[in-house]
Amino acid sequence: MPNDHDHDHTEPPSDIVLKVKALESLLVEKGLVNAAALDEIIETYEHKVGPRNGAHLVAKAWHDSDFKQELLENPTEAAAALGYAGRQGEHLQVVENTPSQHNLVVCTLCSCYPWTVLGLPPAWYKSAPYRSRAVSEPRSVLREFGTELENEVVIRVWDSTSEMRYLVLPLRPTGTDGWTEAQLQQLVTRNSMIGVELAKSPAIINQNNQGID
Amino acid sequence: MQGGHDLGGKQGLGPINPESEAEEPVFHADWERRIFALTLATGMLGKWNIDQSRFARERQHPINYLENSYYENWYEGVSKLLVENGLISEAELFSGASQQMVSREFRVPTREDVKKILSSGGPTEMWLDLEPVFSVGDYVRVERNFTHGHSRAPTYVQGCVGEIEIHHGGHIFPDKNVEGQFSGEHLYAVRFSGKELWRSDIGNDEVVIDLWEPYLRSSN
Repeated sequence: MPNDHDHDHTEPPSDIVLKVKALESLLVEKGLVNAAALDEIIETYEHKVGPRNGAHLVAKAWHDSDFKQELLENPTEAAAALGYAGRQGEHLQVVENTPSQHNLVVCTLCSCYPWTVLGLPPAWYKSAPYRSRAVSEPRSVLREFGTELENEVVIRVWDSTSEMRYLVLPLRPTGTDGWTEAQLQQLVTRNSMIGVELAKSPAIINQNNQGID
Repeated sequence: MQGGHDLGGKQGLGPINPESEAEEPVFHADWERRIFALTLATGMLGKWNIDQSRFARERQHPINYLENSYYENWYEGVSKLLVENGLISEAELFSGASQQMVSREFRVPTREDVKKILSSGGPTEMWLDLEPVFSVGDYVRVERNFTHGHSRAPTYVQGCVGEIEIHHGGHIFPDKNVEGQFSGEHLYAVRFSGKELWRSDIGNDEVVIDLWEPYLRSSN
């Protein structure tokens, strides 16, 4: 993994490694945690639950207008119907980008994030710079992600202070008429569902697919 | 409390420098994986709730909160909860050696329990007998809040006027939940213009934030 930048999550002081190790062996010895249960938690969030879930919802909504309506009106139920339910996704809200409004999600007080559809949040989402600036200077935050919006587009920032969990439904990229749901899913990034980026351009994905508009 | 965690609108914290989405791993070191799992697993013992868990991380000197990495704050939070709830002693925490077994009248989740708990979650929506005071379209002002306890009304919206955008229904109220009192209040998404919050040349950008009824008073 690249460690050549100065993020606060890299190169922890070695004593945190020892402290966590000591805590785990203590809790195991006292019978307060079950080793297989710990493995299950890690496997779930490292390998099973992740942003492909959200991308599935978004691509399906782009492809099927009935599903899109259901996703916007009853998001928790619509996600659960596809198998995406549980911890940190009990009360989903899906916020739709339009040509005149762009949505961005943050949690200024901690790190609230829709785990069931996006997995665990990236390090930057939990960082002090993002949490402090997303609400007060969203355009400069977006610029750091290479996202430039027209001045006429209103940015609506959702600060997740409660147990409601927000997922952005990005704008469907132009030039994707006739695409299948599976093709569309390739355009949906995690960052586009947080709102720091737009969905990918079809040109990037499918330069050789000349038959598609 | 207006601690180190209350970050909305704070300045001088630097650039974000995001890692690229394609390259970022879920965990950046093995100890992060372990403290994540330990925090969730001990949370499932049922000795504390999510607001008590958040408050344990917030109750730090702001310098420590900001200096710590994200998962270091998780370590601080969970070790505090384990000690305060009598599951481990400070001496055990520092030595890593068990000195006294705890008498348990609670169940330690197994792998199968964990699967069920993670896939079912813990909804916070509650049926309330009281009708909501506010309706969509109402203007409300956020009360100033200097509690030393846990609250989910960030400093940056306090004193500002916004418009009710969504009524989410009744939800568990964090300010009471942190004290172990299970009670609900109506929850609203409230929309504020950037001009109201920051009074700068911010254009038409806006912030929507979830706030419980006791944080708000009418400003129609």
